Amino acid sequence: MENTMKQLPPKPVDLKKRIYHWAIAIVTIVVIVWSCIGINFGRIKESAGQITGAIFAGIFHPDWSYVYNGSGEDLISQLWETICIAFLGTFISAIISLPFAFWAAHTKHKKWYVSRTGKLVLAVIRSFPEIVLALMFIKAVGPGSAAGVFALGFHSVGMLAKLFSEAIENLETGANEAVSAAGGSKWNIITFATMPNLMPELISNTLYRFDVSIRSASILGLVGAGGIGYPLIIALQYRQWNRVGIILLGIIIMVVIIDWISGWIRKKLV
Amino acid sequence: MSNSQIPNHELPKKKLKVMNIVWVLVLVIGFFLSVDTTNAHISVLLAPQNFSQFADIFVQMCRPDWSYASTAIPLVIETIKMAVLGTVIGSVIAFIYSLLIARNIIKNKVVTGVLRFIMNIIRTLPDLLLGAIFVAIVGIGPVAGVFALSVFTFGVVVKLFYEAIETIDPGPIEALTAVGANKFQIICFAVMPQIITYFISYVLYAFEINVRASTVLGYIGAGGIGLYLQQTLQVFAYDKTGTIIIVIIIVVVLIDYISSKSREALMK
Repeated sequence: MENTMKQLPPKPVDLKKRIYHWAIAIVTIVVIVWSCIGINFGRIKESAGQITGAIFAGIFHPDWSYVYNGSGEDLISQLWETICIAFLGTFISAIISLPFAFWAAHTKHKKWYVSRTGKLVLAVIRSFPEIVLALMFIKAVGPGSAAGVFALGFHSVGMLAKLFSEAIENLETGANEAVSAAGGSKWNIITFATMPNLMPELISNTLYRFDVSIRSASILGLVGAGGIGYPLIIALQYRQWNRVGIILLGIIIMVVIIDWISGWIRKKLV
Repeated sequence: MSNSQIPNHELPKKKLKVMNIVWVLVLVIGFFLSVDTTNAHISVLLAPQNFSQFADIFVQMCRPDWSYASTAIPLVIETIKMAVLGTVIGSVIAFIYSLLIARNIIKNKVVTGVLRFIMNIIRTLPDLLLGAIFVAIVGIGPVAGVFALSVFTFGVVVKLFYEAIETIDPGPIEALTAVGANKFQIICFAVMPQIITYFISYVLYAFEINVRASTVLGYIGAGGIGLYLQQTLQVFAYDKTGTIIIVIIIVVVLIDYISSKSREALMK
């Protein structure tokens, strides 16, 4: 009796599942190995370590004189411009997103292809590279932060409308039915039942998108669409590591503060 | 029956919330301030010659030059390779790192606090910015892109994953501690089985983001299809740009679809 109890019973083997798991594992490993083949890791510049050191040294000895010098080209005003681009971009996209969201939400339509096409359009907008959009707007309105605002405003629609439409799909229909049972028109249903239920979700998603937009706005400058990205790329090209350091610090502090504020508001909403 | 006899006929007045007015004011002021700072008046965009220029580019992009697709394909493959490698490297590091910052595994508050601080700083940096920095460090080429994507993936996965670890059921950990298991055994037999599906799902999610991000990394010289994007835009060959964008969109939508379907299958 003692002997039989000491050994654990063998694990039940589900052969089908096991083969399936092994197949996935093998495919994954093959894909990873395949990816390693084409990329040559030997071509790293010899000075890589030195430059990394220089950047870190720059972060710890930042160029404080760049923070504010009143010329409008300093860190504070560039960061402010970045925030403004993100704010306005998110504002525009939130407005454009609403109709798109109702289009893509499958609970709002009887016919399946309506919401499918809406979802596809949003996927295409999402995948259209933001930088290309920024360059197109630069061609139209000239280099500067206006191009960044429009690029961000249109690009964010893809993601924001998707989040909105998911919020609409998850909506309880009870309130809508109650209003229509009391004889409310379509317009009444939207204003008294749908919107109040939807609002916290919409605001929360928009704030989340604002977090993302802040990060996007700080890189749009790399192509000349305004914001902090432009001085950064210049400083990187001219190897002014102290300035790179202060700009990175500025971006990190700005993003952390904005994340903190929007997280705080979102927590209060829920 | 006239209205006066039914006092309940009208809807009750909503209470006016002061905070709502404050928020609306903040929004409106913010709106005008930003319009002023960025000079982004809608009239600028809709001015005939400006808008026609925008529309012109768009129309040219809509007539793609299909012969260019064969040139673009090798770089698309390089882009996907970059995304795969970046995801793998980043998520392996993220895996170990999240075990170190989960408060139910490492009890030392100082260690987790410092490591979390570093993580939060890394998370703030956007992908293209990392790309620009790594191009400066390791030179132009896909290696810079792989590094940038690794760091970016790390930031995405580590946050989701350590939060998942912290929500696991503590029962198995206690059971294994009670029978005298060491840290490694606890992680292997109590933590892993509970979270491995979450981890795979987050990695797939990061892969989706990386594919999207890697398509533009080439624009600043970090390898992949973005390089051609920049070259064609510089010589105003918008038909070729259009081809590249369509190829990018197809690849991204396809990978998104596969990855989200497998995530759904995983979470079932």
